[in-house]
Amino acid sequence: MGLLSKKDSKLILDPLTDNNPVTIQVLGICSALAITAQLKASIVMAISVIAVLGVGNVVISLMRNIIPSKIRIIVQLVVVAALVIIVDQVLKAYSYELSKTLSVFVGLIITNCIIMGRFEAFALANGPWKSFLDGIGNAAGYGLILVIVGFFRELLGSGTLLGFKVLGDPIEKTGLYAIGYENNGFMLLSPMALIVLGIIIWIQRSRNKALIED
Amino acid sequence: MENRTDKNSYTIIFAIVMVLVVGSVLAYAASSLKGKISENQRIEKQQNILYAFGINENDETSANFVAADKVAGEFSKYVTKQLVIQDGNVTEDDQAYLIDVKKEKSNAKDDESKRRLPLFVGDIDGKTMYVVPIYGKGLWDAIWGYVGMDENMVIQGAYFDHKGETPGLGANIKERYFMDDFIGEHLLDESGEFVGITVAKGNADPTNQRKTDNAVDALAGATITGDGVTAMIKSDLRLYAPYFKSLKNN
Repeated sequence: MGLLSKKDSKLILDPLTDNNPVTIQVLGICSALAITAQLKASIVMAISVIAVLGVGNVVISLMRNIIPSKIRIIVQLVVVAALVIIVDQVLKAYSYELSKTLSVFVGLIITNCIIMGRFEAFALANGPWKSFLDGIGNAAGYGLILVIVGFFRELLGSGTLLGFKVLGDPIEKTGLYAIGYENNGFMLLSPMALIVLGIIIWIQRSRNKALIED
Repeated sequence: MENRTDKNSYTIIFAIVMVLVVGSVLAYAASSLKGKISENQRIEKQQNILYAFGINENDETSANFVAADKVAGEFSKYVTKQLVIQDGNVTEDDQAYLIDVKKEKSNAKDDESKRRLPLFVGDIDGKTMYVVPIYGKGLWDAIWGYVGMDENMVIQGAYFDHKGETPGLGANIKERYFMDDFIGEHLLDESGEFVGITVAKGNADPTNQRKTDNAVDALAGATITGDGVTAMIKSDLRLYAPYFKSLKNN
């Protein structure tokens, strides 16, 4: 990659695979369970977290030498909360429809442990550019898992993808439903997100034995 | 060696400065955007009311409002009268659509006669229709809606919305396939008494063929949100039943 040095691109690519915040570090599980019943919600959440974590990491990194260590967690919380509120207000004023879609996520973004985790583990010790890449990378790794889980839950639970009826109409009995297929309503409930996530973790670790801990 | 940033005095000063800076930035953002936000909310209310009247830009499957730039014109074209019912007295008020139903509900707790009930009368293709707002509680947060009826309290259009119901489950109350189920449903029983509409599970009528059973099919995995819809229809629309009775007697 011409634009990024090898070290920099590792910052972005590692969290997508071998150091994924959800499947390896097991952070951000709560929101992964809550909002993945639909693919669209997963995508919106992924984009929101990428934006907040990218910017937040830079802000924390710029402030890293002046933040008093005793209250650093509070400072981090204030930065995330302020960022999210400002974004929410601007969206409400200029893109009202989008802000309504996002409303439920705003609170969830603030409490997302990946954000606090990256502030604490990376941005406090690294420069702004590196922190930015780390933020984008980790949020993308989180978003990737969200989209995969959302894909299977919406497909198997509702028989749709992004609202389109890809498997046919369950009431009119067309497509797959004509030969007796039924939606699995259980997929729409949170426990199934955990099971899908478990399957992803299983596949990932069986392909790369180095990830298995004793 | 003690670090400069570890001192108590530094920590306190940092905290104070941070709170002041963040506080003033947020206050500035909130106050400078307030006008635009409340304008958006006003437009949305008009769009919701028009939707319940059946004025929308729906395509095959999704619910679409009248465009924001056209909404004011359409609103004054179709909504012929905005009424406020307070303690049995009906008055006309062209700002009735701005009444905050939630506030009126809490007013009613101290004194029922203080509650102002907005009612919108419209003329759609020669038919007189009535739209009323409703407000209630879902699983996580507030849910609300607008219900359009004819003079027999048979539903002609319904719009529901929510603040924070679960995406894919309770949030689906604002999907067409749920809202459209209400159209044609009767709020009154055969003897003309108000019974409301129950969002019912397993009511043996999933395609909603029977319109007089006072029930629509529930959403899977959204029991509490559905119960909330039932509750707000029963509690809020009941308040309007006397008005519709008086329409008949005249």
